[in-house]
Amino acid sequence: MLNSTYSHGEENQMKFGVIIFPGSNCDHDAHWTIGHVAHQPVTFLWHDSHDLQGCDVIIVPGGFAYGDYLRTGAIAKFSPVMESVRKFADGGGLVLGICNGFQILCEAGLLPGALIRNVGLKYVCKPVHVRVETAATPFTSACREGEVLTIPIGHMEGNYFCDDATLAELRRDRRVIFRYTDPNGQITPEANPNGSLDNIAGICSPGRNVLGMMPHPERFSEAELGGTDGFKIFESLVGAMAEK
Amino acid sequence: MTTAASPAITPELVREHGLTPEEYEKIKQLLGGREPTITELGIFSVMWSEHCSYKSSRVHLKRLPTRSKRVVQGPGENAGIIDIGDGWACAFKIESHNHPSFIEPFQGAATGMGGILRDIFTMGARPVAVMDSLRFGPVTPSKAAGGGARATQAEIHKNQSIVEGVVSGVASYGNCFGVPNLGGETKFEACYSGNPLVNAFALGLVRRDQIFYAKAAGEGNPVIYVGSKTGRDGIHGATMASEEFSEASEAKRPNVQVGDPFLEKLLLEACLEAMQTGAIVGIQDMGAAGLTCSTCEMGARGKVGTEIELDRVPQRETGMSPYEIMLSESQERMLLVAQKGREDEVFRVFEKWGLDAVEIGRVTSDGKMRVLQHGKVVSEIPNEALTDDAPVYKRPLQRWEPPVPREMPHQIRLAETADLTRNLKLLLASPNICGKRWVWQQYDHMVQTNTVEGPGAGDAGVIRIKGSQRGLAMALDGNGRWCYLDPQLGAMHAVADAARNVACCGATPVGATNCLNFGNPEKPQIMWQFSQVVDGITKACEALDVPITGGNVSFYNETLGEGIYPTPVLGIVGTLDDVHKAVFPHFREPGRVVVLLRGSELGDRVDAEAEFGSSEYAKEILGAVWGFPPALELEREAALQKAMVGMIQAGLVDSAHDCSEGGVAVTLAESAFAKDVGAKVDLPALGLPAEFVLFGEDASRVVVSCDRSNLSGIQQVAVKYGISADVIGETVPERLEIKANGGVVVSTSVSELRQVYESALETALRTEAVAAD
Repeated sequence: MLNSTYSHGEENQMKFGVIIFPGSNCDHDAHWTIGHVAHQPVTFLWHDSHDLQGCDVIIVPGGFAYGDYLRTGAIAKFSPVMESVRKFADGGGLVLGICNGFQILCEAGLLPGALIRNVGLKYVCKPVHVRVETAATPFTSACREGEVLTIPIGHMEGNYFCDDATLAELRRDRRVIFRYTDPNGQITPEANPNGSLDNIAGICSPGRNVLGMMPHPERFSEAELGGTDGFKIFESLVGAMAEK
Repeated sequence: MTTAASPAITPELVREHGLTPEEYEKIKQLLGGREPTITELGIFSVMWSEHCSYKSSRVHLKRLPTRSKRVVQGPGENAGIIDIGDGWACAFKIESHNHPSFIEPFQGAATGMGGILRDIFTMGARPVAVMDSLRFGPVTPSKAAGGGARATQAEIHKNQSIVEGVVSGVASYGNCFGVPNLGGETKFEACYSGNPLVNAFALGLVRRDQIFYAKAAGEGNPVIYVGSKTGRDGIHGATMASEEFSEASEAKRPNVQVGDPFLEKLLLEACLEAMQTGAIVGIQDMGAAGLTCSTCEMGARGKVGTEIELDRVPQRETGMSPYEIMLSESQERMLLVAQKGREDEVFRVFEKWGLDAVEIGRVTSDGKMRVLQHGKVVSEIPNEALTDDAPVYKRPLQRWEPPVPREMPHQIRLAETADLTRNLKLLLASPNICGKRWVWQQYDHMVQTNTVEGPGAGDAGVIRIKGSQRGLAMALDGNGRWCYLDPQLGAMHAVADAARNVACCGATPVGATNCLNFGNPEKPQIMWQFSQVVDGITKACEALDVPITGGNVSFYNETLGEGIYPTPVLGIVGTLDDVHKAVFPHFREPGRVVVLLRGSELGDRVDAEAEFGSSEYAKEILGAVWGFPPALELEREAALQKAMVGMIQAGLVDSAHDCSEGGVAVTLAESAFAKDVGAKVDLPALGLPAEFVLFGEDASRVVVSCDRSNLSGIQQVAVKYGISADVIGETVPERLEIKANGGVVVSTSVSELRQVYESALETALRTEAVAAD
């Protein structure tokens, strides 16, 4: 399966790369959604290589990279591929970190803050509601601002935390992209599944080209799996590249 | 033969190894008259343990039906395999990890998952689903039904901590490995207090022509050890699982292995990739009895020998003796035989994944397992002496009657003052019926993006197969209390229930796996229960056309002489030609017709009274257990299931949910929860007390909802299969109202019912146990 590239061979498509770390386990899921649902070219990128194979979007997938030993993302950030991802992001390249990918991006310093143990101290797997705080990113351009999406989470360490100054900056620059809400878009403590500061479910980098989110959009991208709201993230990315 | 220095084998040493004097004599005879070395004694002890040799159960298991035109691999391999069409096959199996889970709940349960997952991918199949069947002692100080003392506060605390540990162990392993958990069952009975049951099921997908077997072949081919290093953990785990527990069992904590799901994930990817090279001849995981079992079983299956040098085995600790290396049950290890000259292709893959892969020996032609350390032979045993020649016992059987009345006790009063709405709520909050969200929400049930129906809704789990229209449904089921009251009939129900759950999704049941949990087989009454259960499973599997492709037996589930209920757990797999046609338990919208499909006949009052004593209502609300499980006519059950599949395939049905614990009232309530769509129904009662009608657990019944225009279609299918299809009412928004004998007996809002159903388990686990005096 490694190195398999799925493509419909159409022109002007962008190429996605999905990183495989030892212990990634949502790598194939993202690959499937991009290749078979979004019909975009997609390839796997091996953690031990610096080569991003000319990809336009890098997905840092969910899972348990290096078993989440020591701390989530703490070992993965030293992988050779992450050096390339950092350079790629610095140059404005699009990077989407999902769940464990979000944790890795925080550890690697591409996003601020950290994801700590859920307040309930347990792994939580369930669909949650998140409000799209801004459509002004390449990841949410297919959404409406304020739109409430239903996307599943599945994590033990999804409790977003950062210092006050960082939080103020995230708010000021409108870099909080998703917040956990109730079905009506209200921010409530009950709607927060893991204790995240300010109900934060996803944030982006200052350049708005790196997004980290705890919910798994690839899990709700096909109706038969229970929902399609997650697909809007991939749709946005495809749209963003078409504009380039 | 040259042997390393070995202590003298004394009768005490033989006894400590769980071997009888007769067994020891047989060992000497199989070794050509000589005394075994201490390493050899250890090897015989684990391979001849109940856990590995099935010495008490083998004569009975032969009766199970194991064939059909779909069966690619029956019992005897790491997992059974069923052909599911389009060039795909699925490998699946259920296994127990009861003893370790009592001693160390987290690691015991975690390594149970690890073991069953390895059994699947060692066959070349990528695991795509797991389920778990869990049984614990009471976690609330409820009434003690069916005799026995009420659980003490200490017991309740202990049970709560076992629940916490087991569930987080299952979660931790499966979540990290990356396999969705589609549910299963979690049940509570006093008899599981000292003997929790942790049965783990896994299923994997493999191309029909890419299956691997645990068989060595080709003289001179290298024997390669891959995965985790060997340590001193788990030594004698298999022997531990082959004896009763006593107060000293806590001291066996070091016998429980420690799992590393991250390493197992790497092992999965590396093994599947290495298999693709075409250089692998055979492969087996190291589970119970570790290196010993994999080495001699692979040799025996291939009718060849193997010679291994222990100095080459990757070791985590220094100074390990041959005895320790051979008996270690360190996790996440595999043994494989590769083609000579192509070793490097295999090594490259494991190196890529950062795993040890070492050639530790080679295949020989002499049929023996020869083990060397520092170049000296420390053990040399014919493979067959350890496998085929292991003892087989035809243990004595003695019919046993449970100490409960067979007729309804006189003090039981029905149809008088009972508030059935209140009792329905109590039942929905009772441990065996209440929602298990607290459990399954800790399990990743969505990873791999194939989950069409996950845990929680009640019946079966359903996954799609990517790149095809097909799907698979799977369910686990067992009812220990029913098997206690009548082992044979209870076992038939376990098969029928699991198969019905699968059929209620629209899937055709095609294969089964069983996990048989029992007490001490040396007691004739226990052995009788076992024999009865095997007969029950055999009858039901034959009637429902689901062959058994594998499974496992767990005996000695006794602590201080207190045994568990005989508890067979059945895992049944079904195929859906079009996964998009799968149907789920919940009512979809108001205004639909509600139909009760029924394969069984309504019994008379005497039958109904006797059968009601086995129900959850009797146990939970009336605080008594009596009588027998409900009657089950297998031909009618088979007809009902075929009718279900037919109706669903024809698109006639909106929802389908079978009636099991708690009867039709609970089925209606559970169908209402997901969408807050309830029902207004009038149940045919024929003058029976309303409790029987609402909460009786008659077999072979399913509640379906449908569009009114499909009603005649449903009735036609029902007539074709000779089952009844009675319209009992219609779906309505937000309410559940049940009439019986002309009067309204239940009337409440769906949200109130859901609230008690959803909160009960978490409340029980959070609440400090109060003194149960």
